[in-house]
Amino acid sequence: MTVESTAARKPRRSTKRVSAAKKPQSSEPQLVQLLTPEGERVEHPEYEIDLTPDELRGLYRDMVLTRRFDAEATALQRQGELGLWASLLGQEAAQIGSGRALRDDDYVFPTYREHGVAWCRGVDPTNLLGMFRGVNHGGWDPNTNNFHLYTIVIGSQTLHATGYAMGVAKDGADSAVIAYFGDGASSQGDVAESFTFSAVYNAPVVFFCQNNQWAISEPTEKQTRVPLYQRAQGYGFPGVRVDGNDVLACLAVTRSALERARRGEGPTLVEAFTYRMGAHTTSDDPTKYRADEERQAWEAKDPILRLRTYLENAGHADEAFFTSLDEESETLGKRVREAVRAMPDPDHLAIFENVYADGHALVDEERAQFIAYQASFAEEGN
Amino acid sequence: MAVQKLPLAKALNESLRKALETDPKVLIMGEDVGKLGGVFRVTDGLQKDFGEDRVIDTPLAESGIVGTAIGLALRGYRPVVEIQFDGFVFPAYDQIVTQLAKMHARSLGKIKLPVVIRIPYGGGIGAVEHHSESPEALFAHVAGLKVISPSNSSDAYWMLQQAIQSDDPVIFFEPKRRYWDKGEVDVDAIPGPLHKARVIRTGSDITLAAYGPMVKVCVEAAAAAAEEGKSLEVLDLRSMSPIDFDTVQTSVEKTGRLVVVHEAPVFYGSGAEIAARITERCFYHLEAPVLRVGGYHAPYPPARLEEEYLPGLDRVLDAVDRSLAY
Repeated sequence: MTVESTAARKPRRSTKRVSAAKKPQSSEPQLVQLLTPEGERVEHPEYEIDLTPDELRGLYRDMVLTRRFDAEATALQRQGELGLWASLLGQEAAQIGSGRALRDDDYVFPTYREHGVAWCRGVDPTNLLGMFRGVNHGGWDPNTNNFHLYTIVIGSQTLHATGYAMGVAKDGADSAVIAYFGDGASSQGDVAESFTFSAVYNAPVVFFCQNNQWAISEPTEKQTRVPLYQRAQGYGFPGVRVDGNDVLACLAVTRSALERARRGEGPTLVEAFTYRMGAHTTSDDPTKYRADEERQAWEAKDPILRLRTYLENAGHADEAFFTSLDEESETLGKRVREAVRAMPDPDHLAIFENVYADGHALVDEERAQFIAYQASFAEEGN
Repeated sequence: MAVQKLPLAKALNESLRKALETDPKVLIMGEDVGKLGGVFRVTDGLQKDFGEDRVIDTPLAESGIVGTAIGLALRGYRPVVEIQFDGFVFPAYDQIVTQLAKMHARSLGKIKLPVVIRIPYGGGIGAVEHHSESPEALFAHVAGLKVISPSNSSDAYWMLQQAIQSDDPVIFFEPKRRYWDKGEVDVDAIPGPLHKARVIRTGSDITLAAYGPMVKVCVEAAAAAAEEGKSLEVLDLRSMSPIDFDTVQTSVEKTGRLVVVHEAPVFYGSGAEIAARITERCFYHLEAPVLRVGGYHAPYPPARLEEEYLPGLDRVLDAVDRSLAY
């Protein structure tokens, strides 16, 4: 046995530290999975699901149409019709699975990428495009579909969801609330505070974190040293990691968490382990920070393909179904395209509208000045 | 019986009690607001009488307090939030500015957020750092928020209830060094408009405009100046957003001179806004430039120096003399 010199040991220690920092999640926790990437149905001891072929086809249809809508929006941004787009490509299972777990009387607090959840809530997809086209900051009434407006400041909405859930509990209602956020938002103080408040008040809220591996250019390793779902333990409520590309598992796990909330047992953190296949937004260039091989590896886990494989192998869908869905997708794309191009710019006076509910003297004064200023051009023209 | 003599803090307490009695959707939230009754006892006895479900002790997390209050308001409640001290509001500043202030506009008017944020503010009580600041301009600058401050018990009682009834978010600044000043409150009165300034004392030589803790100083300055034969008009602005410029204009058109007094630093403060607007409105009536008296562009100093920092009688009178010298 040779005695190692101090000099020889040092770099080994430092290497160990570096590798620990790079790979905090070296022992990958078990994902809840009900449908393998190869499209095989598997069982999980805690999460069972029993869906009819019709329901399975419904989930597939939701994912396909959401992806088609997303692709159309991306194209519209490239054509200059939208100022920006945040694509959900790759996250369809996480969103449709969780979204279809919701009841009508549940309330959703999304971030700005939950186009699939909005779809499940019945929000017309064209409504989602107004803010990206720059004609409004959110073009739907949140109370129509119990789907709050998109929130751009990362993590803010988790507190709104918690407060809303506290109100649900006060009202004695048995509905639940779900807050969507990402792995990057998990670093925000507001998310930590929402965990604290929801635990302390036993609020009926489900925190649905779509860990899509990247917060713009920063990997999850820059956000956390422990798997995200384990954060919940420190706050005193359960956390679970689900295969975010498995729509069945996402549905089962979210359904279970919502039921737990409804039973008055408090919050749950669901970490949907998934992947953002596209850019963060259309302003982003992922080729600068991540390797092609990584994306390719995740493409093999595509949420839509795996369900299609299962539907075909189980004989739950025939060629006519897929053909008909292709046609429906094209119709949706066309409708979205036309709706965006037809979207009028807002009236100039919209600047001054809805700043306050009860009015404000300064807003009134500035509106009057604006009107007079605009009118002065009309006079010049005459 | 309808008129009671109450310290300002007690008037606030009575106001909150009335609001809780009147509307079951009103909630009180904050750190230590329950059993303790708040560090200034403004919520004293309310949890005992209305329960933990209405008067809610919160975790020590200001962003969480305001953020969950927004969620409760979205569910139909009317939360009245207490921030323990002025300097502690900043962890909640993001929620207030990016969410509370803008959600009504963002939703094209579909969402109303009737949230009141009570903030004890200002100096003069010998406190430690972060317990004596006057950040009102930071909130008045943000469209979507209304910012008000009572200077006496009657306004404390009525303005707080009006704020709670408002469908807009209101930042309610309480002049903490006036908490123990007594004043008459007529609980049967019909209150005037929330955002209208009030002429506290009429005069003809110069207008003093103040709000919150500095109104009392200006009233005292006017009394002292009267002994020297100077006639000062004193305005209590009461609201910093919106500001009742019409009342200020009317006064300045009469006196020709204006001195704005506040505790907050003068630089970028509400006095700057008032000076600019009144200069536009009253340029040909002004006999002197609008002068401002307030704090320095420095962190609020340790308590042993606050007497030098805070505008007192002498600094107000010095500004009066400078204005009259033009």
